[in-house]
Amino acid sequence: MIGKLDNYLSFNETALSLRSQRQELLASNIANADTPNYKARDIDFSSALQGALVRSGASGSPLATTEAGHIATPAGAADGKTLPDGTPVLYRTVKQGAVDGNTVDMDTERTQFADNGLRYEAGITMINQQIKNMLAALQGA
Amino acid sequence: MSLFNVFNVAGSAMSAQSMRLNTTASNLANADSATSASGEAYRAKQVVFEAVPIEGGSTAVKVREVVEDPSPLKQVYDPKNPLADDKGYVSMPNVNVVDEMVNMLSASRSYQTNVETMNAAKTMLLKTLTIGQ
Repeated sequence: MIGKLDNYLSFNETALSLRSQRQELLASNIANADTPNYKARDIDFSSALQGALVRSGASGSPLATTEAGHIATPAGAADGKTLPDGTPVLYRTVKQGAVDGNTVDMDTERTQFADNGLRYEAGITMINQQIKNMLAALQGA
Repeated sequence: MSLFNVFNVAGSAMSAQSMRLNTTASNLANADSATSASGEAYRAKQVVFEAVPIEGGSTAVKVREVVEDPSPLKQVYDPKNPLADDKGYVSMPNVNVVDEMVNMLSASRSYQTNVETMNAAKTMLLKTLTIGQ
């Protein structure tokens, strides 16, 4: 039963977690709009979601390594190339170059930030509705 | 909870931009300071921003250093001035007031943008608290 509940909610949970991580990346881009040589970064959301769903379906949470002989589950290294869950972080294509080497386009970033925030809230509305449906089924009322 | 990192990132940008605004204020205030504690005319100061990767894949900002503008001081002919040299020229600060006004607008807009970023993250977190209600 618990496993079924978990599966029932896991799609929206994965999507929300990816959305919040993308929001953080977009906030980094906006914060570094005036930093010389900073390159704007983002994730490809649909392929990232596919990848995250495959990973969460296959193994669940990563296992802890407590002995020297244990093999670590592959996780994103802290080198900035991937998110902690292994999703690759890409560089945005330059639309208008700047003399200081910065590739942040404020219009793109602000649009994506607003869009991503709205979709996050939509995801929360959906997960709330799922919970309401499940409660209705459990209580039979 | 990675959304909380937005506060760190936007907060670092806000403090960096306010430091930039501070140097602009200092430059504008001293645009006519022909002398200082060192005896030299004031030199314009500029901040250098640096991207700092933080935990979780996002990138904060910090001010790496405040540099002095190395361009030559303005030479103004004013023989009445007590600081004038034997040819009657006074060294005046190399502050470019137009540059500083542009810097001020840019810093203030960037600061506002980061405040909005932070507000958006706050709205999202509050919405997250409504899950299951």
